[in-house]
Amino acid sequence: MKKDRRQFLKVASLSFLGVAGSAALGPVCQAAAPGEGSFTTAKNALHAKKWGMVIDTRKFAENPELYNAVTTACHSYHNVPTIVENGMPSKREVKWIWTDGYHQTFTDQVDNYPSHEIEQRRYLMLCNHCENPACVRVCPTKATFRRKDGIVVMDYHRCIGCRYCMAGCPFGARSFNFMDPRDHIAQVNPTFPTRMRGVVEKCTFCSELLAVGKMPLCVEASDGAIAFGDLTDPESSVRKLLAENFTLRRKPTLGTEPSVYYIL
Amino acid sequence: MYNAKYIWPGIVIFIVLFSMPFWMNTGQEQYTRPQLALPAGEKECVEPAEWMRANHMQLLNTWRDMALREEQRVYVSSSGKQWEVSLQNTCMKCHSNYVEFCDKCHVSNSVSPYCWDCHVLPKGNQ
Repeated sequence: MKKDRRQFLKVASLSFLGVAGSAALGPVCQAAAPGEGSFTTAKNALHAKKWGMVIDTRKFAENPELYNAVTTACHSYHNVPTIVENGMPSKREVKWIWTDGYHQTFTDQVDNYPSHEIEQRRYLMLCNHCENPACVRVCPTKATFRRKDGIVVMDYHRCIGCRYCMAGCPFGARSFNFMDPRDHIAQVNPTFPTRMRGVVEKCTFCSELLAVGKMPLCVEASDGAIAFGDLTDPESSVRKLLAENFTLRRKPTLGTEPSVYYIL
Repeated sequence: MYNAKYIWPGIVIFIVLFSMPFWMNTGQEQYTRPQLALPAGEKECVEPAEWMRANHMQLLNTWRDMALREEQRVYVSSSGKQWEVSLQNTCMKCHSNYVEFCDKCHVSNSVSPYCWDCHVLPKGNQ
């Protein structure tokens, strides 16, 4: 059979259209294959450009029971082990949130005659979720990283236990698991993992609870003494408190830009 | 050939040792897939069971990275259903029998994942 030029062009253009059309429609018509599901965030998840915390130390001083309520709420939920040696808190203790005195908390405040009341107060301490976190810079495996919303978190799967981050953090916010933590947890919370021997751990700003629309546990347990919100939003609860009160951050001269503020 | 009296026995010994896994296992019982304790109430897994059997480790790796690093903690499966991205709160809630589900295949295939060094087993498994 002899084909002329006109016939050839007809067949060629039709078959080109067919191939192009099926390629364009293919992904639309095909159902998603197993394992190719997509990921999203929960509808009620809390979002912020930069999460921050304001701790009203006056309210803690008025109601000293809050210190214990806040630390217990955090440590029991997150399976943080209580390591005691000879009845004393051990050097190998693990802590996410804890208290200490004025001079240990605000080492840059060099006033030699501070207000007696302020000097006597206990101050709640936790990871400062810095804007320039030293721990993230020194981590050789990127196990510690800073999320887009400013929270500094760890991927324990990747931690090799080198403890550079502990040396890097100027706030002592990180603890190393010198022993199997499970032997030192009174009641394991089955909804949250423990850690294993040989990894570092720290506060997460309860990022797993923010993802389901809940506030951090210390904020919930603090009876209003801790505020938590978006530092970039001038209308947020934290920014209002910062505008109305005199606040300090820990070790500001180091330039790590902590996200935790203290009302004195 | 030089030293043939050494080389030939050497080659024979090498071939015998090298092929040992094959001839040691001939006539042995065939591998049977272990019977697993399936969740009683739930019918549907996050993905079809056949796919999960082959790919659950990759899925768990992706889930870990998405939840921790990308802040995406909801998985929309290929069937369109939504699941919380969590080993302890999603997978282990249905597959609560660790010994009769996870361990059964892992032991007979000689793999020992260390998930449970940190992730907590459901009650009744400790």
